[in-house]
Amino acid sequence: MVAKPVFRTCGFTGLKIHDEAEKLIKINAVTAIVVLALGGLFGLLVALTRWPTVHLLPADLFYLALTAHGIDILIVWCIFFEVALMYFASAILLQSRLATPKMGWVAYALMVLGAAITNWKVLEGNSSVMMTSYVPMQADPLFYVGLILFAVGALIACFIFLGTLVVAKAEKTYEGSIPLVTFGALTACIIAIYTISSGAIILIPTFLWSVGLISHIDPLMYKVVWWGMGHSSQQINVAAHIAVWYAIAAILFGAKPLSEKVSRCAYLTYIFFLQIASAHHLLVEPGLSSAYKIFNTSYGMYLAVLGSMIHGLTVPGCIEAAQRRRGFNNGMFEWLRKAPWGNPVFSGMFLSLILFGFLGGISGVTMGVEQINIMIHNTIYVPGHFHATVAAGTTLAFMAITYFLVPVLFGRELVMPGLAKLQPYLFGLGMGVFSLFMMGAGTLGVSRRHWDMAFSDAPHAFAHAPAAFLMMGIVGVSAVVAVVGGALFVLIIVGSVLFGKPAVPPAPAAAPSPVASYGNADHVAVPGTFALALLFLTMFVLYYFVNWKYLASTWIMS
Amino acid sequence: MSITPPEQKVWFNEPVEKTEVVWVLIALTWALIMFAMMPLWHLKGTQNMSNEAYRIQPDVYQARVDAFVEKYKVGEEGHAKTPVVRPPAGSDVYMLARLWEWYPVLELEKGKSYRLHLSSIDWQHGFSVQPANINLQVHPGIDEVVTITPTDSGDFGIICNEYCGIGHHTMLGKIRVVAGK
Ligand SMILES: [Cu+2]
Repeated sequence: MVAKPVFRTCGFTGLKIHDEAEKLIKINAVTAIVVLALGGLFGLLVALTRWPTVHLLPADLFYLALTAHGIDILIVWCIFFEVALMYFASAILLQSRLATPKMGWVAYALMVLGAAITNWKVLEGNSSVMMTSYVPMQADPLFYVGLILFAVGALIACFIFLGTLVVAKAEKTYEGSIPLVTFGALTACIIAIYTISSGAIILIPTFLWSVGLISHIDPLMYKVVWWGMGHSSQQINVAAHIAVWYAIAAILFGAKPLSEKVSRCAYLTYIFFLQIASAHHLLVEPGLSSAYKIFNTSYGMYLAVLGSMIHGLTVPGCIEAAQRRRGFNNGMFEWLRKAPWGNPVFSGMFLSLILFGFLGGISGVTMGVEQINIMIHNTIYVPGHFHATVAAGTTLAFMAITYFLVPVLFGRELVMPGLAKLQPYLFGLGMGVFSLFMMGAGTLGVSRRHWDMAFSDAPHAFAHAPAAFLMMGIVGVSAVVAVVGGALFVLIIVGSVLFGKPAVPPAPAAAPSPVASYGNADHVAVPGTFALALLFLTMFVLYYFVNWKYLASTWIMS
Repeated sequence: MSITPPEQKVWFNEPVEKTEVVWVLIALTWALIMFAMMPLWHLKGTQNMSNEAYRIQPDVYQARVDAFVEKYKVGEEGHAKTPVVRPPAGSDVYMLARLWEWYPVLELEKGKSYRLHLSSIDWQHGFSVQPANINLQVHPGIDEVVTITPTDSGDFGIICNEYCGIGHHTMLGKIRVVAGK
């Protein structure tokens, strides 16, 4: 006998909210934020060790903290939050009940258990194998077990999301197609299922190998399959945080997509192409042919890059169209200047968009070129790139939507609203500078995952350029700024949930009413956005060709 | 709005605004240019990844490296007394990665080409020649052959940039490039 689902009507949004769905969203989001705090702490330790003048941790603890930081942030934090987003984008946005909430709790328990076991094994000190855990380096068998349990939990959550879509369709809780944000979440979910399957294909044999049941795992094969998971797991983040951008544009501005067709087709390019583009992690790997590398990175990646470039126009474009409808019509950029920059929901989202595009996007595509990768592979440029995408892009977007969800789901006002205003800037700009200078240091040859860039105990002498040390110093300082921003976020959210004043919904629905029927299709031009897009393209082209020129100056090799 | 179902039931029939069409075409053109660059560089450029690689047993590789060192050794260097090897230009030269050293030290001539063999006898390592900024992945069980021509002289550090355990940061080797006669 299934209990009758209980609903309430949200005073802020007018949405019908399923009680069980709400509880699961809250618990997953809160757990995500706890993990963010933990992973951020490890991140701080790592950053303080790589800051040459501080050099905080001894080598063994450094590699331990780096492994924990990578797993907790890149996997655990992101996926817990994405599970919350999936439940939100299905049950809440479709005003449906969540399919099988009991399984939702099972999924949650498995994920918590898995994350805890993996963390325990890492902290014990015998599983400092980094997030990539390349064989033949071996971790404790339970390290792999934890990851597998976490993945199974996440997989169940994906199926609950799909089930909820089916329920909503069958019970006719909405009409027509699913909303764009839900479509984005569906994209994330499909990529997640692919990702987790790849993870299972590689981690289960690796576990069997770690307990001695399989004698040998081929290191190259491991990497090819591992990146089927590792790469697309980051694509879950991209699909999810772009959905968040669209959601925030709609919530704050009542913005409509410029056209549903273009935005949705851009998402489709992710589903069709991005997962197979994982070869760009293997560009300097021996034993894989150039034909494979080029084929896989070109047709797969560039079509997906096209998708991202489209979102890069349509998200600010729909905000511009909505703002112009409201009368912010002077010049190219009044719509942007008059945007609510003091509202962390907006500032977080817009900084995420800019930093993700300009820093993360351009650097990612450039280093995904077979030959240019020779200069960048495994240097600190790589974490520079993915901090721009995952920290400044995904994490900041998730922070922004959290500021919206606290009053809606927890019914609490934010504590310390002044600091909340400041928080996205501290975190976003800290992370932006951090990423930029990491890329600079990487270009000078500084390695990632390396304890001592001075090589004090090495048998030979080698000194990096002084500029590399300076840049790593700036990386350290900006990391501290970003960590302060991150800690502030955790403090504000936890404080609000526990001690916030009850939030009183405004008399009419707070969500602005839609301002255009097909976005700007009925002729609100978006010249400001187009100018920004052209600026982006110019920087992209310049940076891309500067790297080719730089490559041409290194040793001749074939 | 993006959080409500699209107004037209069949969203695919929605009109598309001109700005978007223009931008999609621009982005597509750029994607095609990038698409063309990699094959083009294989034809016109001089820095490309090698496609030459062989399966090899670690002990077989070790034996080849030992024979190579024996044949061309000219001295020792560093506190680990790593042999310095000066092979003739154009020959097959070997670099071996293991916990936690690059073996041996190579002395090459500027402007001359060498068939550089790279392999590991234990875990994965990262071959990073600095400040020339060449970064290649080294695998156990795979003999990777790259034809390299150093274009400037001096002492170059070989940093391991693939994490390989607690002594990873001490894994520093050397290539010396001397000016030709
Ligand atoms: Cu190493």
